[in-house]
Amino acid sequence: MSDLRDLYQDVILEHSKTPRNYGELPAANHKAEGFNPLCGDRFTVYVTLDGDVVRDISFQGSGCAISKASASMMTQSVKGKTLAEAEKIFERFHEMVTGHSPATENEPGLGKLTVFSGVSEFPVRVKCATLAWHTLNAALEGKQDAVSTE
Amino acid sequence: MTTAARRLHAEQRRAPAAGSFDVERVRADFPILQQKVHGKPLVYLDNAATSQKPRAVIDAIVRYYEGTNANIHRGVHYLSETATADYERARQTAQRFINAPHAHEVIFVRGTTEGINLVAQTFGRAQVQSGDEVLITAMEHHSNIVPWQILCAEKGAKLRIAPINDQGELLLEEFERLLGPRTKLAAVTHVSNALGTINPLKRMIELAHAHGVPVLVDGAQAVPHMQVDVQALDCDFYTFSGHKVYGPTGIGVLHGKSALLDAMPPYQGGGDMISSVTFEKTSYNKLPYKFEAGTPDIAGVIGLGAALTYVNGLGIGNIGAHEHDLLVYATDAVSSIPGVRVIGTAKEKAGVVSFVIEGVHPHDIGTILDQEGIAIRTGHHCSQPLMERFGIPATARASFAAYNTRQEVDALVRGIGKVREVFA
Repeated sequence: MSDLRDLYQDVILEHSKTPRNYGELPAANHKAEGFNPLCGDRFTVYVTLDGDVVRDISFQGSGCAISKASASMMTQSVKGKTLAEAEKIFERFHEMVTGHSPATENEPGLGKLTVFSGVSEFPVRVKCATLAWHTLNAALEGKQDAVSTE
Repeated sequence: MTTAARRLHAEQRRAPAAGSFDVERVRADFPILQQKVHGKPLVYLDNAATSQKPRAVIDAIVRYYEGTNANIHRGVHYLSETATADYERARQTAQRFINAPHAHEVIFVRGTTEGINLVAQTFGRAQVQSGDEVLITAMEHHSNIVPWQILCAEKGAKLRIAPINDQGELLLEEFERLLGPRTKLAAVTHVSNALGTINPLKRMIELAHAHGVPVLVDGAQAVPHMQVDVQALDCDFYTFSGHKVYGPTGIGVLHGKSALLDAMPPYQGGGDMISSVTFEKTSYNKLPYKFEAGTPDIAGVIGLGAALTYVNGLGIGNIGAHEHDLLVYATDAVSSIPGVRVIGTAKEKAGVVSFVIEGVHPHDIGTILDQEGIAIRTGHHCSQPLMERFGIPATARASFAAYNTRQEVDALVRGIGKVREVFA
């Protein structure tokens, strides 16, 4: 049996209760809305892009503990990164939560995001963990329509 | 006891039929219930989504495929005659089950959704014109919203919504107020899938008819739990799904009054729905075949017949009383847990307990309960406008069937305790 504590790690619960970089970003020059129609999770991601550097980022919306904590920790991990670096982090994060390529302990690229490695044991929750990331991609690509996990 | 539970106690008259209902014997009829999930005994409380199937239904389907499989209504050989007889016998079983006056008024469809779409695309397209109105309620499932939106968009008609109160009960006087000269149809649910509210259907139909408005009833959540009598209700259309009443998926029933069905154009064209075809002109078959184009889900129909026969054996009144006992017990237990709020506290309710936990998203509740072997539904229950009405994105929903027990409700309560522990 998969252990619930692997999924609901303290760091995740803490971020879901007090999310970082939460709220609108008035100076944002990129934004997108992400939506999971199956469970109703809905987030908006705001980005201030300075050249190819993510100068500032925030998010706002509602969702489950996994999706909210993932959004919160995503903003921390990509702030100050270049687009290429942010993309690389998402790639590794995606491989980790889908179980395609487990994270090594303290893997430098992922940092604290390895707390989401337990998600791979709960396939229906992968979409929760990746919603904010897909929304960030949409914001950076300047998509007008809300992105959907479906 | 909580207020919600007290209201249920005081105002619903159905008393559990003591001694007449042996739930352990019922459980033994359902092979799937004997299994463990994540190492725990399965506690299946997602019956409003779909019910489990008794051995009698599974066997009937196997018997058909192993013994009598043939196409119906066209063969002269033994197998075809047998399959046709079994198929038509299931229609009569369904007819008696909802007390329809005629078997030819019972049309087999894929489910409630198709039943509603059939009426929208035939009756609706013929009757609803620009400036007309279709009336629904605020507690409809998406399947009783979207088909009417599509129709209204096509015709330039207007969809009107009868509101509900904070308990999740229809405001009957508002419903009546919205019945106007342009109202061409009222499409209403019998029982709310998300809240469990039982609508005052007889009164609603009387009001609609007083304004000359025909009524379609979404009976998906009612038929498994209470006696439905379409003649006593005097509804114009009544539709339900087989899979929620212990039958297979992909099969359901649309009942309509003969006069309406006769006047309606066909839904789909094809075999079985014609009486003669030339390249110049086709004349349509009589009811119900006019609405059953193509080879139908024969096994599904036979399975549905077996399911309704099974329910008759238990007694729908006994099932309803048993589920009501669980509802009262669960409402009391769940709403007594600190931080838990029951959504939908109507006086008249079927066996649905929709709830939210302070600070915990329903999706997380669902995952944690699943680890305890408990299956519930979490999400918006295909009722997004209703969730919006209550200002919540989603709920967790436990819904009961004939085979559920008080011990399973206790397991649910322990599971909710576990959720609160994780999120403490």
